[in-house]
Amino acid sequence: MRFSSHSLAESGIGSNTRSRLGLIILGLAFWLIPDAARADGLDSGDTAWMLTSTALVLFMTIPGLSLFYCGLVRSKNVLSVLMQCFALTSMMTLIWILWGYSLAFDQTGMEAGVVNLHSFVGGFDKALLHGVGIDSLTGTVPETVFVTFQMTFFIITPALIAGAFAERMKFSAMLLFMALWATIVYAPICHMAWSGDGAFFWDKGVLDFAGGTVVHINAGIAALVTAILIGKRRGYPETVIPPHNLVLTVIGACMLWVGWFGFNAGSALAANGAAGMAMLVTQVATASAALAWMVVEWVKHGKPSVLGIVTGAVAGLVAITPASGSVGPLGAIVIGLASGCLCFWGATTIKRKLGYDDSLDAFGVHGIGGIVGALLTGVFAAESLGGMGLADGMTIGSQLMAQIVGVAFTIVYCGVLSFIILKVVDGLVGLRVAEDEEDRGLDISLHNEQGYYSEV
Amino acid sequence: MKLLKCVVRPNALEKVKEALSALGVMGMTVSEVKGYGRQKGHKEVYRGAEYNIDFIPKLEIEIVVGEEIAERAIDAVKEAANTGNIGDGKIFVVPVDEVIRIRTGEMGDSAI
Repeated sequence: MRFSSHSLAESGIGSNTRSRLGLIILGLAFWLIPDAARADGLDSGDTAWMLTSTALVLFMTIPGLSLFYCGLVRSKNVLSVLMQCFALTSMMTLIWILWGYSLAFDQTGMEAGVVNLHSFVGGFDKALLHGVGIDSLTGTVPETVFVTFQMTFFIITPALIAGAFAERMKFSAMLLFMALWATIVYAPICHMAWSGDGAFFWDKGVLDFAGGTVVHINAGIAALVTAILIGKRRGYPETVIPPHNLVLTVIGACMLWVGWFGFNAGSALAANGAAGMAMLVTQVATASAALAWMVVEWVKHGKPSVLGIVTGAVAGLVAITPASGSVGPLGAIVIGLASGCLCFWGATTIKRKLGYDDSLDAFGVHGIGGIVGALLTGVFAAESLGGMGLADGMTIGSQLMAQIVGVAFTIVYCGVLSFIILKVVDGLVGLRVAEDEEDRGLDISLHNEQGYYSEV
Repeated sequence: MKLLKCVVRPNALEKVKEALSALGVMGMTVSEVKGYGRQKGHKEVYRGAEYNIDFIPKLEIEIVVGEEIAERAIDAVKEAANTGNIGDGKIFVVPVDEVIRIRTGEMGDSAI
């Protein structure tokens, strides 16, 4: 998303003389020419790609992530996971329209280099999508498309967290937690990273092209806090809790891989060279991470597994996300290999050592992968390491420092607020289903249905 | 009449069925079952979590035969399902009091 700074600047938040001059010329031109010709600022190629990307990212959640997750739970909970993803898709859509987009992207009161309240969160000027019409533009694409594209990120982030508390959380508590979390945690972090000059991360030069910090670290940390607070599933880890259908999981992982081209290449907000490079490095990092996980598992457990290779692929997709606008193919290989190995360690060794039950490894994959990707972005963005180059005045050291600030701030902010929100929700409705409901499975006990109906 | 409950390896089904057909056994009921005996289970690994799975998939073939071919049927299953390795399964022989064909009400050998 960093590359969008130019297009955002032209649309009204100029930071340097050149774009201010451009703004004046554009303004004059708009004033002088008739309405019909004002479509000039809109690029139909960019718009076509952004429409496509938006559909691809929505496809990542429904059905991609839904299938990936639902295959990993026991058959008595398959519907509960699908239901969570589907309900979140619907609820986040409305929250985004009502106030989410405004809190994330409203630029009222922002000034380059000045830290004030609006460096951290947007105002309510765009609540209910005030001012977003058929003619409003974000860069070279209609703002309606930008709103919907960003909405799909707002949808997938809470859905990722759902992996941590699968098979035991109350549906009502889940909805309440996510509505609060999306408003209080996601929207501000998104604002800090992507809303333009004056935003906290943006001004510090934190590189997060497609959401390593905003989406993955954010979701991963919230997942870890939730897994710890809600407690282990009954019987974990003594009893066998195997995935009930890895075929669904593999299909979901494949959809995630394909959909991720919309996530990363779409984050260029244009059909240009940056989008092309983002697509290429996404493919390379994902393949590298899939192979890394496969090999590590092969060595450690004697056999390569399908669940292993697809989980590795997701780890690679996560890790390349912040880097996909900044690194080249060689950086992508290193980021992929590192995330494949480190996420394996996170989802197996760390999880078992610390004893929390992150059911579907939302922290192990998205938290760890996001942190690995965000930090290595600072290294491999350097031109000398095949990257697209650092901003003027930045060195690998200072860029890495900026990345550390972004990561650390997100971990602390998200961790503390997730904890508080969960405590409030626990007090209001209780986080966890009753023991007998958990034993019968959430499909029957929460939804009065079963995924695999038997005549007997 | 005898009920033979034959617990065999899943891949033995075709051979057992052919051997029984050759004896004139006209029907059977097959169920997918899981169990353990002397054969050890196997290991499954999901994201580093190793599970020892004791229950091994088998097929249970149920047939009812008249006294006169019971011995030959048992021999046929024994031969068809035998690989010589642990885990080939077992045959339980149970006396049957009566057989009734629901459609016609026939009883005894002619209902088998």
